[in-house]
Amino acid sequence: MTLHRVTPLPIVLVAGNPNSGKSTIFNALTGARARVANYPGVTVDRVSAPVTIDGHTLELVDLPGTYSLSARSREEQIAVDSLLGRAVPAPQAVVVVVDAATLGRALFMAIEVIATGVPVVIALNMSDEAAHDGIVVDVATLATMTGAEVVRTVATRGEGIAELKAAIGRAAAKLPAETPILERPAALAPDLAELEAAILTEGGLERPGAARAFATWLLLSLDHEGTDDLVGIPATLRTLTLAIHRRAAAAGRNVDLEIISSSYQRVDTIVEAVVRRSPEPSRRRTDRIDAILTHKFYGGVVFAAVMLVVFQALFTWSEPAIALIESGVAGLQALAAAALPPGPLTDLIINGIIAGVGNIVVFVPQIGLLFLFIGLLEDSGYLARVAFVIDRLMRSVGLNGRAFVPMLSGFSCAVPAVMATRTIENRTDRLLTMMVLPLMSCSARLPVYILITATVFAPGTRFGFLSAGAVLLFAMYMLSVVAALTAAAVLRRTVLKGPGSPLVLELPPYRLPAPRVLLFNVWQRVRAFLTDAGTVILALTIVLWALLSYPKATAAPAGEQLRQSFAGRLGHAIEPAIEPLGFDWRIGVGIIGAFAAREVFVSTLAIVFDIESDGAEDEPLRDALRAARWPDGRRLMTPLAGVSLMVFFVLACQCMSTIAVVRRESGTWRWPLFMLAYMTVLAYGASLAVFQVGTRLGLGLG
Amino acid sequence: MTRKPGSLAALPVGGTAIVSRVRGERAVVRRLLEIGLVPGTKVTLRRVAPMGDPIELKVRNFALSIRRSEALGIDIE
Repeated sequence: MTLHRVTPLPIVLVAGNPNSGKSTIFNALTGARARVANYPGVTVDRVSAPVTIDGHTLELVDLPGTYSLSARSREEQIAVDSLLGRAVPAPQAVVVVVDAATLGRALFMAIEVIATGVPVVIALNMSDEAAHDGIVVDVATLATMTGAEVVRTVATRGEGIAELKAAIGRAAAKLPAETPILERPAALAPDLAELEAAILTEGGLERPGAARAFATWLLLSLDHEGTDDLVGIPATLRTLTLAIHRRAAAAGRNVDLEIISSSYQRVDTIVEAVVRRSPEPSRRRTDRIDAILTHKFYGGVVFAAVMLVVFQALFTWSEPAIALIESGVAGLQALAAAALPPGPLTDLIINGIIAGVGNIVVFVPQIGLLFLFIGLLEDSGYLARVAFVIDRLMRSVGLNGRAFVPMLSGFSCAVPAVMATRTIENRTDRLLTMMVLPLMSCSARLPVYILITATVFAPGTRFGFLSAGAVLLFAMYMLSVVAALTAAAVLRRTVLKGPGSPLVLELPPYRLPAPRVLLFNVWQRVRAFLTDAGTVILALTIVLWALLSYPKATAAPAGEQLRQSFAGRLGHAIEPAIEPLGFDWRIGVGIIGAFAAREVFVSTLAIVFDIESDGAEDEPLRDALRAARWPDGRRLMTPLAGVSLMVFFVLACQCMSTIAVVRRESGTWRWPLFMLAYMTVLAYGASLAVFQVGTRLGLGLG
Repeated sequence: MTRKPGSLAALPVGGTAIVSRVRGERAVVRRLLEIGLVPGTKVTLRRVAPMGDPIELKVRNFALSIRRSEALGIDIE
């Protein structure tokens, strides 16, 4: 025993099915000490916390919730690599959390883990709920038959947590089992033996149990066509696995079926021996609730009402907090301006750094609220019903039922909505949702729409009995929805090809969410955003600030300064490209400035047009825009140019924060850049069509 | 228990059957097997979503939702 620890802490993994209460157990075991990091190379959170048991400190790691160990993607591969200690330290023990009411399925994962030979503690969770459903589990027999220690827990009430801790301590002190535990069919034996021998020769895994488990995993996970996304698998093992599959197929055997069926045979034998069920029908409460919530008519009503509340909250409840942050940032800027001597450094601090931090923090209320709602919906069991009810509709454009809540949130803001795509498990489905989400008309576009409609239409202008502004606004929202759904359908058939993952969705019993877990998750999301996406947003804000402020004009007014800045020159440079859309260089500068956040378009235009007012009232800007002329005397902001500009704002990816958050959530720059490119092309093409066709039809003079 | 062999998609609401075989793309079949739809498992069709798809099954004492397109590949007896 030394005081200076040079080796990392021994690791204990917490594994289990989704909806098994795994996070609640983890939370109850570790308290508030959890740290969140990323697994290398993938965007999966690695949640870990130190726990001291009998004077020994262990690192408890919360594995992502899964139904099995097999994998097709790197995200899914985390489970097996962590368990077997491939490229990471091997665990001392594993806690498998199982829902006592669904042992017939949950034990599948448990025995897969036990088969690796690592000491296992089974946390028989929610045994109160199971008892309520008339299900009684014989703990002693379960322990004997699985070879694992079994602890009864009700994590939401903290029951059994002390016992679980003690059991973890005992398991971590044990040595891994030497002999494979799980019986496999005789037909499979030579295949497994051959693969096991190759694995042991290849090195990396020493124990026969681990080699057997890895052999089974390879047979289940490796793709015949080599299109899986799995990493760190030696070519010899790939070749051998494929050969075994081919041999088996030639003999009319199905290796996947043999492996999975034999595991389930074991599960069924255990369940038969340990579960006593009363004849009383189970899940009565959930059934009664579902009779309403998934009802043809009432289900739809409740669904609409819940979504309306979420939407309303994002839109309006976040408003006071956002206003507070914005005024706080403005106050801080004023304070800095008063305290610091004028100069380029002060300007950088005020308009680069403070503004940049403001640009980050301003998203926190919406992210927090959205994740609070998603947490409530998910933990209560309703989110799965949302997917159940809406899947049919979403699938028609190639999206998943789980994409609905993120897409709806996109009307408020794409940044939290992109983060919310984490509830979609399949990576292709998730990427597809992320790529089309920013087309949903977010609330930051509203000030732009309002400025333009108010500029190009006199207040009384009507189409029939509707005001022109309202019609146009409605049309823009419709355009955004149609564009998002069409883009999804197109991308699904091209860039993100695939039939879409099958829907294999558990509808868990309705439960009361645990506030601690809920708040911890909200905080985790907010923190991840602040640190990861935040740094990119800050950097981009400073770059934009530099573009708008340099090179410096000596003692020129703000408008003159902006006009001769890089951004101003860029506006001039792109004028030939945007003139066919009906925009001049001044609008171009506004569009460049709007990259910081769409509503900044309004304030940037105000500077370009030398408007002195503080932006609270944009009447002077409207007048200036109405008076604006092309050099040949034509009016700049005709109604047609206005519509063209609005269409551009609906479709263009005018938001660096969205790009930053897609970069974080996709784990690469490739997808945000693709998104920027396709949306810019789409916006340009659509605006061009609007303006050119409109002009030909003689609508331009309006 | 003399229901004719057929597909799970043809099971009426409230009907119960035994899975005899799962067909389809390998990844999909693996997924369905792993979540518990192995041959020999009892399955009940509990509900159909408001728009007619997906469907809700009771398997191994939990509620599982899959689409009709996947249910078509699950043979029952």
